[in-house]
Amino acid sequence: MTEATAVAKTPANDLGLEQDLADAVLGTWAEDTETAAVIAPDRILEVLTRLRDVHGYDFLSNLTCVDYEGYGGKLRAGIDARLEVVYNLYSTRRGGGSIALHVRVPEDDTVPSATSVYPGANLQEREVYDLFGVKFDGHPNLRRILLWDGFHGHPMRKDWHEAYYEEDAKPFRSRHPKGEYEFHEDKVPWAKNTTYPAGWDPDSWQEAVAYVPVSQAPQHEDKPHLDTESIVVNLGPHHPSTHGVFRMLTRVEGETILALEPEMGYLHRNHEKIGERNTWLMNMPFTDRLDYLNSMSNNWAYALAVEKLADIEVPERAEYLRVIMAEFSRIVNHAWSIGFILNDLGALQTPALYAIEEREMILDLFEAVSGARMMCNYMRFGGVVRDLPEGWHEQAAYLANERLPRALDELDRLLTENEILMARGRGVGYLSVEDLIALSVSGPMIRAGGLPYDIRKAEPYGIYDRFDFDIPTLPNSDIYDRYYIRLLEARESVRILQQALRDIPEGEILGGRGGYTLRAPEGEVYGRLEAPKGELGFYLASDGKTQPWRYHVRSPSYINLNALGPMSVGYKVADAIVILGAIDIVLGEVDR
Amino acid sequence: MFGTGLLKGLGVTLKHALETFEDDRESVPDRYKGSLDLGNNRKVIQQPIDQEGLLTIQYPEEKRLLPERFRYIPMLIWDSEKQEDRCTACGICAKVCPPQCIWIVRDSDENGKPVTRCSEFYIDAAVCMSCSFCVEFCPFDAIKMNHDYELAVYDRYPQLVYDMEELTVPLEYYAALWPTQYEEEQARRKEEEEQKRKQEEEKAARAAAKQAAAAQKAEAGAGAPKRSAAELQALAKERAAQRQAQTQTADGGGDDDAAAAKRARMEELKRRAQERARQRKSGNGSS
Ligand code: SF4
Ligand code: SF4
Repeated sequence: MTEATAVAKTPANDLGLEQDLADAVLGTWAEDTETAAVIAPDRILEVLTRLRDVHGYDFLSNLTCVDYEGYGGKLRAGIDARLEVVYNLYSTRRGGGSIALHVRVPEDDTVPSATSVYPGANLQEREVYDLFGVKFDGHPNLRRILLWDGFHGHPMRKDWHEAYYEEDAKPFRSRHPKGEYEFHEDKVPWAKNTTYPAGWDPDSWQEAVAYVPVSQAPQHEDKPHLDTESIVVNLGPHHPSTHGVFRMLTRVEGETILALEPEMGYLHRNHEKIGERNTWLMNMPFTDRLDYLNSMSNNWAYALAVEKLADIEVPERAEYLRVIMAEFSRIVNHAWSIGFILNDLGALQTPALYAIEEREMILDLFEAVSGARMMCNYMRFGGVVRDLPEGWHEQAAYLANERLPRALDELDRLLTENEILMARGRGVGYLSVEDLIALSVSGPMIRAGGLPYDIRKAEPYGIYDRFDFDIPTLPNSDIYDRYYIRLLEARESVRILQQALRDIPEGEILGGRGGYTLRAPEGEVYGRLEAPKGELGFYLASDGKTQPWRYHVRSPSYINLNALGPMSVGYKVADAIVILGAIDIVLGEVDR
Repeated sequence: MFGTGLLKGLGVTLKHALETFEDDRESVPDRYKGSLDLGNNRKVIQQPIDQEGLLTIQYPEEKRLLPERFRYIPMLIWDSEKQEDRCTACGICAKVCPPQCIWIVRDSDENGKPVTRCSEFYIDAAVCMSCSFCVEFCPFDAIKMNHDYELAVYDRYPQLVYDMEELTVPLEYYAALWPTQYEEEQARRKEEEEQKRKQEEEKAARAAAKQAAAAQKAEAGAGAPKRSAAELQALAKERAAQRQAQTQTADGGGDDDAAAAKRARMEELKRRAQERARQRKSGNGSS
């Protein structure tokens, strides 16, 4: 594992690293816009630190793991250890493509935790630990995150099988022509479908308040202003303010939050394992169910990654259609999120109802073109599946040119100068934009902190380089700005829509038949786009077969939660509700 | 001044209230303009894209107008012209279905040889994710998306597991739900059939020519042929006629009742679909 093979010519130079780190790089290769390298596990922290400090890669976007048991992966630098931890780094100041670092370790090895360099690795490393069993040395809080402590095994490993496992890959052979099918009702042998880890006793188990800052009352430097004891309070999981099933474990003193830890996984369905049983195309409707408010963007992100991997061309008209759908979707999302920030502030329903009035019309358009309002399943590899029906274009143009600008102005008048919103929002939930970046936060939140980082401009995908639009930013990084930035972004989306609807050409919408027999070539790819909630990425690895070998979703909702704790500390309980609301999460995407 | 923002906002809510009131007032005599009557006092309503106030659809008395492409649970097409199921049991839909909720048993003839027809076809509607892949990839236009979304029942099993009988609808039903797509499809199918027929004719002509040539050759080579080309053709025709007669009796015999029942059911569905199409038309006409 020490020698670099022929793959690496002058590895250190390819990465742009200085000579003293040359021996940490075991091999490099280039993938399209990206540079990728295999790094020696014990040197990873040095490399990360150097890349961050000297080379400007300040954003750890994606951190995940691949289990190569049974396939091995593209053999790089002669290492065939089973598990591979992958880091995708970007520069938010420079824009452009990523640098991908791969670290391969055998099953029981540990990897140094990247949390000391990028605090945003926190949740992602916990996820990898939970699903793959990779231990991260030096992680402050290495516990399971999506599954509970009594879960046996690490489900994303290739040799782990779900209850009632049928076959490794779809289509299942039993369905045709013999038509065999078992009903789930017949398959539930109560209590026999669960096994516990060795030595685990469900009866004596009690969930500890494991997170240190929450479990221990902090030591006060100076005398607390209230003569009271701090206590642990659970907000959620069943509470309307958590936007789904989500729990905030807090230690409060009076009403002030001393520590807060997000607890999630209640909606976990192992989307990624399902994705690895599915064929490439089958995953498309499953992506609808991630961030179910934005199925169009999800479809696009997945199609984008697969197209990058399999080198598929997209016809011109389809590119326009994708932009139109994605921007409509962004308006839908932002209207929704504005409505709910206000809901969380206590302005119950009126702003939300007004904000989603036009949303209904956009959903009608989605339904007319794709057949469903929310689960659109509209995009395919190499285009979109259906062309616009009669009359669609006129309605869309009417919305984009007249109705939406008016509606956004109205929302502006209704809310922006509202004194209560200002009083509740100004200065609440502040976190500096540097901290947000370090915590891997993306999307409107960092733009509300003053950093104009938007993938549509930083690394344009599709045809975004053709449109004339701005990236609005606001300086204060508080709740109020996080509300207002969404309004401004929706206005920019309207601008893009007007141009796209004006310029859309006639022609093909899909090259080929949508690829249900697609076999993507061997390799790995990370494709990402600017989803309304932040950077949505898909990390895919293929062994050249009809199923993805690895299918990972880098979901913005999940990773943005890194900032929830740090943002809430010091504010009141009621503020924490809005701070969560202003992150704009959807639990379907958080828990996957 | 403190409070101006609040007042501005209140102005917006006031405007909304007035607009909604105005909309309601305007729509009192013909709220259902351009809409479709479902009978039993039930109406279908569509929110006009330039409506300003808030519109509430009083479900279940009123329903939204569904666009043609609306997809819910698939249905199987009974080709009423040819009086047969379009499905050939090729299994492609079962293969592309993401949650694998279609399962098919291919039928076989009396000798146990598989035929292009299914004896059973199930869709587990509780598992179906309405993705429409089965429709997209069926090469025979045999499966389409139904618009019927009121499927609530007390038990999943067996009510939500649809068998062939529940899934099958006549072509007219589909044509009424999906008029645009149906027309396109019919045009395409006709063209394809035309092409196929032409190809077959050509093939037959070629085969006949070849046979004649072979016969001539044989004649030239080894005296009298066993059978002339004309005789061979006559024989082939005879055999085809026999085959047809056989299948007809097979149809008529054996599962007589089942087939008759199916036909009757299809007729009934067809009648309903036509009625619905008529209503839709007259609804539009009155607007
Ligand atoms: S419905 Fe279509 S795809 Fe499915 S088995 Fe029948 S013919 Fe094949
Ligand atoms: S609509 Fe999708 S999920 Fe439903 S039966 Fe067809 S392929 Fe399967």
